[in-house]
Amino acid sequence: MLSDQDRIFTNIYGWNSFSLKDAKKRGDWDKTADIIKLGRDKIIEEMKASGLRGRGGAGFPTGLKWSFMPKDSGKPHYLVVNADESEPGTCKDRDILRYEPHKLLEGCLIAGFAMGANAAYIYIRGEFYNEGSEVERAIAEAYDAGLLGKNAAGSGWDFDVYLHRGAGAYICGEETALIESLEGNKGQPRNKPPFPAMAGLYSCPTTVNNVETIAVAPTIMRRGANWFSNLGLNEKNAGTKLFCISGHVNQPCNVEEEMGIPLKELIERHCGGVRGGWDNLLGVIPGGSSTPVLTKETCDSINMDFDSLKEAGSGLGTAGVIVMDKSTDIIYAIARLSQFYMHESCGQCTPCREGAGWLWRVMTRMVKGQATIEEIDMLYEVTKEIEGHTICALGDAAAWPVQGLIRHFRPEMEKRIMEYRKAAA
Amino acid sequence: MKKPFDLYADYQPESFEFNKANKKKVDMIIAKYPKGRQKSATMPLLDLAQRQIAEEGIKANPPVGGWIPRAAMDKIAEILDVPAVKVYEVASFYSMYNLAPVGKYLIQVCTTTPCWLCGSDEVVKTCKDHLGIGMNETTKDGKFSLMEVECLGACVNAPMVQINDDYYEDLTEKTMKEVLDLLSEDMKPNVGSQKGRKGSMAVSGPTTLDKEAKKAGVA
Repeated sequence: MLSDQDRIFTNIYGWNSFSLKDAKKRGDWDKTADIIKLGRDKIIEEMKASGLRGRGGAGFPTGLKWSFMPKDSGKPHYLVVNADESEPGTCKDRDILRYEPHKLLEGCLIAGFAMGANAAYIYIRGEFYNEGSEVERAIAEAYDAGLLGKNAAGSGWDFDVYLHRGAGAYICGEETALIESLEGNKGQPRNKPPFPAMAGLYSCPTTVNNVETIAVAPTIMRRGANWFSNLGLNEKNAGTKLFCISGHVNQPCNVEEEMGIPLKELIERHCGGVRGGWDNLLGVIPGGSSTPVLTKETCDSINMDFDSLKEAGSGLGTAGVIVMDKSTDIIYAIARLSQFYMHESCGQCTPCREGAGWLWRVMTRMVKGQATIEEIDMLYEVTKEIEGHTICALGDAAAWPVQGLIRHFRPEMEKRIMEYRKAAA
Repeated sequence: MKKPFDLYADYQPESFEFNKANKKKVDMIIAKYPKGRQKSATMPLLDLAQRQIAEEGIKANPPVGGWIPRAAMDKIAEILDVPAVKVYEVASFYSMYNLAPVGKYLIQVCTTTPCWLCGSDEVVKTCKDHLGIGMNETTKDGKFSLMEVECLGACVNAPMVQINDDYYEDLTEKTMKEVLDLLSEDMKPNVGSQKGRKGSMAVSGPTTLDKEAKKAGVA
């Protein structure tokens, strides 16, 4: 288990105020200028060595991503922070935004400097109205204290941070949709290439990073890459991670733990166990709604990190752990996710726009059992037609939960169909 | 789904102007974006218009919550120097913009899987029964509108609802009723967890950060 002294987010439950005064007591904004003075290359090198992988879901190495920003583009560079947290099961960034915003702001300065950006936009989901207001207050505090603006924190680097509020669109968590939205358009993803590092916000070099990714950067720079990379399962799955455990556990909570913690330990140590005991577990969606469900047998021994979960046919995603006990109608649980993806499809690509709705309609029949056995195969085939055939990953995200259901709970679906037939006869 | 965007509905006012205080805010918002990129201000200005309507709507009889008339979109298009259809497009894409009048308190019940697992069906039923309205309906006195929404990102505190700007979390039938009763008297319920926990800490107390927990008096 992670020891308290290795936890980055010491105010994650909001026991103390988010204010600059309290944040400084927690160690934020401590000699930030010295970090900046290391220079761009050294910061990126350190981030690479730390093994930090993006905390927004895809798990791309952060230092490497920063290094993609051009050196002399002659254009303004931008850092965009993705605070559009809306993956079902995920509620970690919200706590950083409302209780630890100064970690995020300091991270913005360090990351912004490392990629040659003089401005950062924090794109926060519109529903987080109060959280956004707190970030705005933190930004104002930082400007008043000279930590942002001209010669930010005495570093010699000019840096501005702006908050931009979304207005209710899951798709804006996709980086190019987010950029479109920030430019004042509908949030519809762009084709890649060009990647944002070449042409992003206002066609300028841009890096989009998740809130948690940016917020852990100052601590990594202060305590060293070595400290971070020694935590966690291995060097590819290193460091600490905020987990959100919701659903059928006795004590749902957010908690910062070591990357690679066994799922069972996570649930039993921090969440008071599964409702009705471990043997009452039906399955777990390990990383937010788009990651395929795991069966109890897998849950018995699985570690919570990028590679272990990938091997198990699922993913760490955002580490939004949705726990379901045996009372759950698993078919409805997944059908409800199909409804979510149908609602959130931006409508740009046909396979996703039409497919997500089709999946939901068929899934609704599957919940009742009003289907044929062959339709389960057809459902699976259609998910394969959606997956990989769209501009962004929303199509994949709509397909995966249904695939996971069919892979692991097909007997349940067949049983439902037989029961329906029996009742109808 | 909420009421669709209807350009010619009889509730559409003839004109819209930002009030004096908001005109200043308009300038501050536009200044956040680089010169020539003022289109980026489309979303914040739509939000500002919706908030202004809500402020004015409180005084109306029956009261009206925040929504965005077509005249406001046209005004925003004029301010930002973009075609009006660009603003309509944005306004109709995002779910938080109300394109037709809503009640003073807009109740948005999250029913996505994590909330559903923890009893959002009961929350929905409580709201419907207690207010005597169905989904996407408004009470006769103009106070409450009810709608179903997708994940609001507070899954650890499920089930939850958003009412205007505030989240009410860890709800039960009883606490949901209490929140509605207070609001119907125009009193302010405590926002956040209705089980009294701070943030997303386990209800029974924290399992980590011993020193900080002791200092905060929660351990």
